[in-house]
Amino acid sequence: MELHDLPKPEDLIKIDLDRPPETAWMDTPADFRPGTFSYPAAGKNLKYLDLPNPREWSPTDEDWKLPDNWKEIILKGFKERLEKYRSFRLFMDICVRCGACADKCHFFLGSADPKNMPVLRAELIRSVYRNDFTTAGRILGRLVGARELTVDVLKEWFYYFYQCTECRRCSIFCPYGIDQAEVTMIGRELLNLVGCNINWVKEPVANCFRTGNHLGIPPHGVKDMWEFMVDDIEDITGIRVNLPINKKGAEILFVTPSGDYFADPGTYTCMGYLMLFHELGLDYTWSTYASEGGNFGLFTSHEMIKRLNAKIYAEAKRLGVKWIIGGECGHMWRVIHQYMDTMNGPADFLEEPVSPITGTKFENSKSSKMVHITEFTADLIKNGKLKLDPSVNDKIRVTFHDSCNPARAAGLLEEPRYVIKNVCNNFFEMPENTIREQTFCCGGGAGLGNDENIEMRMRGAFPRASALRHVRDKHDVNRLLCMCAIDRATLTALTHYWAPDVSVGGIHELLANALIMDGQIERTVDLRGEPLNEEDDE
Amino acid sequence: MNSWSSLFLALFAVIVLVLLSLLGVGTVGLATLFGVVIPYAAGAVFVLGVVWRVVQWARVPVPFRIPSTCGQGKSLPWIKADNLEAPYNAWGVIGRMLLEVLFFRSLFRNTRAELRDGPRLTYASAKWLWLGGILFHYSFLIVVLRHFRFFIEPVPHFVELLSSVDGFFQILLPTVFLSDVAFLAAVTYLFLRRVALPELRYISLTADYFPLFLILGIAISGLLMRNVWKVDLLSVKQLTMGLVTLHPTVPAGIGSIFYVHVFLVSVLLAYIPFSKIMHAGGVFLSPTRNMANNNRSERYINPWNYPVKTHTYEEYEDEFRDKMKEAGIPVDKE
Repeated sequence: MELHDLPKPEDLIKIDLDRPPETAWMDTPADFRPGTFSYPAAGKNLKYLDLPNPREWSPTDEDWKLPDNWKEIILKGFKERLEKYRSFRLFMDICVRCGACADKCHFFLGSADPKNMPVLRAELIRSVYRNDFTTAGRILGRLVGARELTVDVLKEWFYYFYQCTECRRCSIFCPYGIDQAEVTMIGRELLNLVGCNINWVKEPVANCFRTGNHLGIPPHGVKDMWEFMVDDIEDITGIRVNLPINKKGAEILFVTPSGDYFADPGTYTCMGYLMLFHELGLDYTWSTYASEGGNFGLFTSHEMIKRLNAKIYAEAKRLGVKWIIGGECGHMWRVIHQYMDTMNGPADFLEEPVSPITGTKFENSKSSKMVHITEFTADLIKNGKLKLDPSVNDKIRVTFHDSCNPARAAGLLEEPRYVIKNVCNNFFEMPENTIREQTFCCGGGAGLGNDENIEMRMRGAFPRASALRHVRDKHDVNRLLCMCAIDRATLTALTHYWAPDVSVGGIHELLANALIMDGQIERTVDLRGEPLNEEDDE
Repeated sequence: MNSWSSLFLALFAVIVLVLLSLLGVGTVGLATLFGVVIPYAAGAVFVLGVVWRVVQWARVPVPFRIPSTCGQGKSLPWIKADNLEAPYNAWGVIGRMLLEVLFFRSLFRNTRAELRDGPRLTYASAKWLWLGGILFHYSFLIVVLRHFRFFIEPVPHFVELLSSVDGFFQILLPTVFLSDVAFLAAVTYLFLRRVALPELRYISLTADYFPLFLILGIAISGLLMRNVWKVDLLSVKQLTMGLVTLHPTVPAGIGSIFYVHVFLVSVLLAYIPFSKIMHAGGVFLSPTRNMANNNRSERYINPWNYPVKTHTYEEYEDEFRDKMKEAGIPVDKE
């Protein structure tokens, strides 16, 4: 299914948030309507990763070709996780169903399906928990909201746990901090045990495991892509920037999501990094082995996060760098910030990060040794180390989309704003209930940004789009900035459908436009090859 | 079962409980059972049950540090970090937890989304749930504290003070306590909200209505025995003091309504450890709230971290060595 197959936005959102179905939720099975679910993982990808039950199947099939003892497998995995994750155990027990989370989920706001209310999404799995792991549930059954795990329940899990982007917006409104992302992550782990997973997650994972990046680009291909950018930069600025690859003994390893060098508009941001590092004379290196900052393991299992993430420290150690900078990415930063050091540390072979340009110690990264690019750049600007001409970006009227994970899992809110305000003159915030910690998902995170799921994506995109259209109409905003590779891909579809006159881009693209490089020719076009000012249009 | 049958089932259960105690004491004369045995048993189930539940949670490890950040984290020194919304040290965590537990910080953030033509979404401030929650919990607390007069002799000064402040508005005789009014109002609001909002009614279980009706029953029976079918307070105190001093006595002539009240309280106490009311203990253990956002500066240890299968650089280079050399990318083995 493609965007042009969808009804117009005003027809898509003909929904009533206050009218749940007539049938009780336990009696309303999942409806696998085309456009609202993702295709299952190809068997070859599961085989490559040594994961259970590789096969060819479709969610619309009656028979999902589950192992005979599938129920036993799931319940055993369930028990194991109740004993390993306090979060999971607690979140099964303490919800009071106050409903504060209900209208906080972008998928609920765009679909009005009550099972997209975080509380009910969690009840899908809590009902089985009560049935099999609590005394009251065993005895009283449905009276206390317990139900047996059946194939239909499993199908419902698949449909709705792959209709949650693990964005954590609900968790900040919950009076007990119940985090649906945690429930979805465990729910997906359980589904994985019997081979129910989606290809848009598993293929990038398998590719990343083998080649180091989601697209499965081999090392020479990665190098080609980077060289293309170096050529483009030379055309625009007259400067041939250096491109260190797998360079042993460099001071800094730079890791960014592969989306940044694979497709527009990520490539412009990637060019931005190259120009910035060249201008600074930074002693750094790219890596083809750790050529992926993103980590789709986060969307499938804790074990897979660790298996993929291990490459970053391993490569840092092999190359003998001192510390690491990470590029603009959302879920990557959940992994880097909240999981990496615990899973694959201690990084005692690295040094505490110090900016070689300003001498600033990045105290907040002294253990993990990995610094966010906007922390690094904000520090440069604050110390006056960059020559910037924000007026170069005057044609661009900017708003900023906080990516879920940097906002709600790291508190990276001011750094990107500081950079943005220093590289352009027209910056307008979207309404306060839709930014910072209350930011809305792009609708396609957590592995759901595929074409077959486009209807549900555009529904999930609606709250973000609504806020975007507000600033577009009020301030003529024409550029939606983000610091996330998934965003750059999914927001492009979002704007195409919801606000066609707005383009999407990254922060370092804008920075590189404004960056005055030593010895550059007079620039007539921006990084996209578009004329810098109106006169050049003629 | 649909949402209405959940409601009626819970109501029915509470009515049965009321009738059970009325019949048990009024007709069969089981005052000792309802005044002594059941309260003791319920007290024991409550204490042991709550301890058991909390210990059960506490024994489960927390493998990762996963706070939800609701404000600016600590990074560069000139960027103001928000220690209460994205705590970077123990003080911040304590502050955040206090705000959460005492003032329901997260619930205060609540908004109500409204879908308008366009289509577009607007977000209205929605503090009623927060207000209802605050009123409910604090008036409940005051009511419980006032009851200390039945369990401690002489009555502690703070209880006297609390009662006189609480009963400041002596509009009617006997005194109407503000906390009673607030409590009834809050419980009623929480109930009506659950019934009136379609999406909330849709998700509500019997287990959501039952404690509401039970608590409402406790409040109403308490008010009735103080204001309508008055019971002899001296006899009541003799019974309650007997319970706490472990010399239980059952004075004759206490009205049945008292035993209804005590029975419903007993049921509530025994029900708590097995119910959602345990959120009171659980909120303290919630990893998204009680952990600091200092992941990159202080390493967190997962007690069950285990080695996993990775794809090493050597394996990678072995597969791509020729291509890498051809492309001029440095390799480890020639």
